[in-house]
Amino acid sequence: MIFLQQLGSLGIRFCRHLGTSGLFLLRVLMRRTEISKDFPLLVEQIYFVGVLSVIIIIVSGLFIGMVVALQGYNTLQRFGAQAQLGQLVALSVVRELGPVVSALLFIGRACSALTAEIGLMQATEQLASMEMMAVDPLRRVIFPRLWAGFIVVPILAIIFNAVAIYGAYLLGVLWLGIDSGTFWSNMQASVNFRIDVVNGIIKSIVFGFVAVWIAVYQGYYATPTAEGISRAATRTVVYASVLILGLDFVLTAMMLEAW
Amino acid sequence: MKKTVEGMVGFFMLLGMAGLVVLAFKVSGLHQYTPRHTYHVTAAFDNIGGLKVRAPLRIAGVRIGEVSDISLDPKTYKAMVGFVISEDENNIPIDSSLSVLTEGLLGTNYVGLVPGFDTQMLKEGDQIQETHPAIVLESLIGHFLYQLKVDDNKDKKDDKVKSEMKQEKSLTAEEVTAEHK
Repeated sequence: MIFLQQLGSLGIRFCRHLGTSGLFLLRVLMRRTEISKDFPLLVEQIYFVGVLSVIIIIVSGLFIGMVVALQGYNTLQRFGAQAQLGQLVALSVVRELGPVVSALLFIGRACSALTAEIGLMQATEQLASMEMMAVDPLRRVIFPRLWAGFIVVPILAIIFNAVAIYGAYLLGVLWLGIDSGTFWSNMQASVNFRIDVVNGIIKSIVFGFVAVWIAVYQGYYATPTAEGISRAATRTVVYASVLILGLDFVLTAMMLEAW
Repeated sequence: MKKTVEGMVGFFMLLGMAGLVVLAFKVSGLHQYTPRHTYHVTAAFDNIGGLKVRAPLRIAGVRIGEVSDISLDPKTYKAMVGFVISEDENNIPIDSSLSVLTEGLLGTNYVGLVPGFDTQMLKEGDQIQETHPAIVLESLIGHFLYQLKVDDNKDKKDDKVKSEMKQEKSLTAEEVTAEHK
């Protein structure tokens, strides 16, 4: 009986959280905006969320491209199909690894920080005092962070893709000695811009949206204590990572079937 | 500080665009698949095997166009295949023949065009009459196995005939020696 009660309350709590977060997102996105006022804030947030993540994205992209190329080479070599290495790396990076890994890195690098920042603002009542000064905290604090995240994640994924493929080129052509012409032409023959590259970017747009939404919501509704903020940051990372991996499956299934 | 932040964000955006350009041209080879001026022709095939839309159309291995649509003719039950051909290749004789071929042993299908000898050239909306269906590997193997069995039986028969003939020969030889004695 108690177990059933707990299960029910869990379900109700889940629905309430979902509803709150949906209304919260709607409220933030429905703000009236003035470009002259909001744009500088947006640029600043893009700097913090995006530009500062570029280094980690480039470094991990390079290593992931190289690792995929090395693993792929070892297996392809058994069938004498080393020439297909470019195709293997490009398809796996552009379709799957690029969007997913860059989103996961973004969650670790930026989303946890976003949650902690907004949570601390809430805990020290900075948001409340903004409201006292007739400054709308949703518009001043949340809005630019949300949009910065939406804009930044696809760009990071694109950079990740390009760097990872270059990493595979470095390893495959310069180290393992695959012919550079074969590498690129096999890749170009098999990668379709609309089906592979654009679908990968659509994925990363969805991932960015979900990750930043969760981060901002968790920060805004965090329990205003030190423990509450740390919990909120942890929840952001866990929820966003799990949701992105799940969504990746759903999106891939949709893209392979219908598009 | 403000200026450098803006500059960095601008650089970040540029980096993203550069990445997109690399993905578009270097990785997916977008430029070679979009000839600007094209014309359309159609052809009816008995069997297209695993041919798909966007499969290449080639003359002597050179890509000149691609499959634009595939549908079934409701009356003849043949596969109607539409092709888009680059306008640069406007000197293809109208009596050319098409065949569905396979890249390598297990590769993807493409359509090969063998030019004919007519002086009239293909133009927008024409239909190519001579087509060769795809070779379905399974039926080919089935055919081969069947052939093998038939050959086997024939061999056995041949052996029988040969051994009988040998016996006859030896018999006649014995008779000959007996008569001789």
